[in-house]
Amino acid sequence: MAALLELQDIKFSYSGSRQSVLDGLTLTIQEGQPLAILGPNGSGKTTLLHLILGWLKPNHGSLQLNGKRFADYSRRELGQLLALVPQNEPVSFEFSALDYVLFGRAPYLAPLEQPSKADQSIAFAALERVGLSALANRSIMAMSGGEKQMLLIARALAQQSQTILLDEPTSHLDLGNKARLTNLLRELAAEGHNLIFTTHEPDFALALSERTLMMQRGQILFDGPTSTVINSAVLTDLYGSPVEVVAHEGRFLIRWDHQLPC
Amino acid sequence: MITHSRTAKVVIISLGVLLLILVGLSVFIGRYPQPGFMNPTLLKTDTLAYRLVINLRLPRIFTAVLLGMALSAAGTVLQVIFANPLVEPGFLGVSQGAAFGAAFSIIYISSALWSVQLAAFICAFLGMGFSYFVARRVRFGGWVLRLIMAGIAVSALFSSGVGILKLVADPLSQLPDITFWMLGGLWSITWQKLLSILPAVLIGLSVLVLMRWRLNLLSLNDQSSFSLGLSPSRERLLILIAAVMVTAAVISVAGIVSWIGLIMPQIARRLFGANTRYVLPGAILVGGIFALICDDLARTLFPGELPLGILTSFVGALVFLFLLARSHQGTRV
Repeated sequence: MAALLELQDIKFSYSGSRQSVLDGLTLTIQEGQPLAILGPNGSGKTTLLHLILGWLKPNHGSLQLNGKRFADYSRRELGQLLALVPQNEPVSFEFSALDYVLFGRAPYLAPLEQPSKADQSIAFAALERVGLSALANRSIMAMSGGEKQMLLIARALAQQSQTILLDEPTSHLDLGNKARLTNLLRELAAEGHNLIFTTHEPDFALALSERTLMMQRGQILFDGPTSTVINSAVLTDLYGSPVEVVAHEGRFLIRWDHQLPC
Repeated sequence: MITHSRTAKVVIISLGVLLLILVGLSVFIGRYPQPGFMNPTLLKTDTLAYRLVINLRLPRIFTAVLLGMALSAAGTVLQVIFANPLVEPGFLGVSQGAAFGAAFSIIYISSALWSVQLAAFICAFLGMGFSYFVARRVRFGGWVLRLIMAGIAVSALFSSGVGILKLVADPLSQLPDITFWMLGGLWSITWQKLLSILPAVLIGLSVLVLMRWRLNLLSLNDQSSFSLGLSPSRERLLILIAAVMVTAAVISVAGIVSWIGLIMPQIARRLFGANTRYVLPGAILVGGIFALICDDLARTLFPGELPLGILTSFVGALVFLFLLARSHQGTRV
């Protein structure tokens, strides 16, 4: 497996704050290996994702994508290589679903260029892929949280980038939508997309990722195959609350808090 | 709401044709030889009518159209890049800056039109530059919030400056000039004035129209537009400069004409949905039509000229109330 991303001794703190969010993080992310980033609130998960996106610049250390420094890529090149599915994207105007997914074509268009018929077709195919083509002309303001999440994935697909970064993709979803999203992401991973996602849900990480990073206070606490990293002792330690991982019919279940004898 | 691109194009072309027809009609509307419509044959027989049309009405009609187009375009793009449908073109200290510049020139430099125009244009840009500078210095909040707050503070500073200038102005000669300028109007437009703002308005509008699809992406938050391959800060600044340039140019000759930049984008969004690829050209045409009709009324209705700003505020506010009332029936502003 080739290295997709190499992070070397990354230190980061937000401007105006003395507290460092990431403190000397070194990490290599391989291609074709779905990666979950797990950790309590404030552990630096989203910051790490935004550094990988190139949106945040580290105060110290180097970051390489496909063996090349981020600074050596143009904005459009990065847009073609990395797509972001944000946790929550506030939208102020009533774009239609198709218009919204079409935004994913921006990295392929010059600043003054308008999207072509071919771009429209790619966007429509992405909508079909997530099962929302029937709602192509519907206003996104009239869509449910689950549909919006699928639209964001469709936009990332229209972006045709090999790597998709997802920031807590299940945070606003009900059980049904969570299952649909998990299945779709599994298919995408099987088709060769590199998925890197943050999550608060160990069971989601177990269902989707091969490798899991456990983060705490800006440092990597554990890093390894998901099935070994996510265990009762580690989760209890990480969240400071009793958690138990139970194997059941070949799958893992998470039991927590009041269900457990403390 | 139009969602099909072909329908949107047909509506845009129809609006363009309507604007051309209105321009043609406006040439013959006025108070000479009597209030109302002038017989076109008079152009051949009456030299005064001919001169009036060529030297006064034509530049004024073109300026009215440019004014509507510029304010409407600036309003649309600023609402998009600040992701706030209630932003208007003059909000970053631009209008109040221009008013301060004009008043300052009337009192301390000269009330000659070129001097007032230049001072207003420069101070409009100073207002925006100052707001931008302050926003960069503020240490909390997102970029949009910082800019809006800085704009409010800078507007208030200029506005108090205008208040002081009004206080020291000669109540007989200077104060009426300042008041009239702040109400907005096109009575003093000549070919020379029109030509002086034409390059700035055309360049600014061209930049905005060419970037009309990309504008959509700038309404998203910074991380999202960055992840789609944009340089959000740089592109927002470019659009901001173009929008302020067209606004400052038209304000410098017309004074403060309010509500066009706030209402016309809303109407265009009603017609075309949210996609700025169609909303922007639509808003430009609707703005041109609205300003032209208002100016035709301003110079025809009464023997003394009605300040254009009063008319646009009155009609604009009525339209706004109508839109608000209709939104109870299941549509949104």
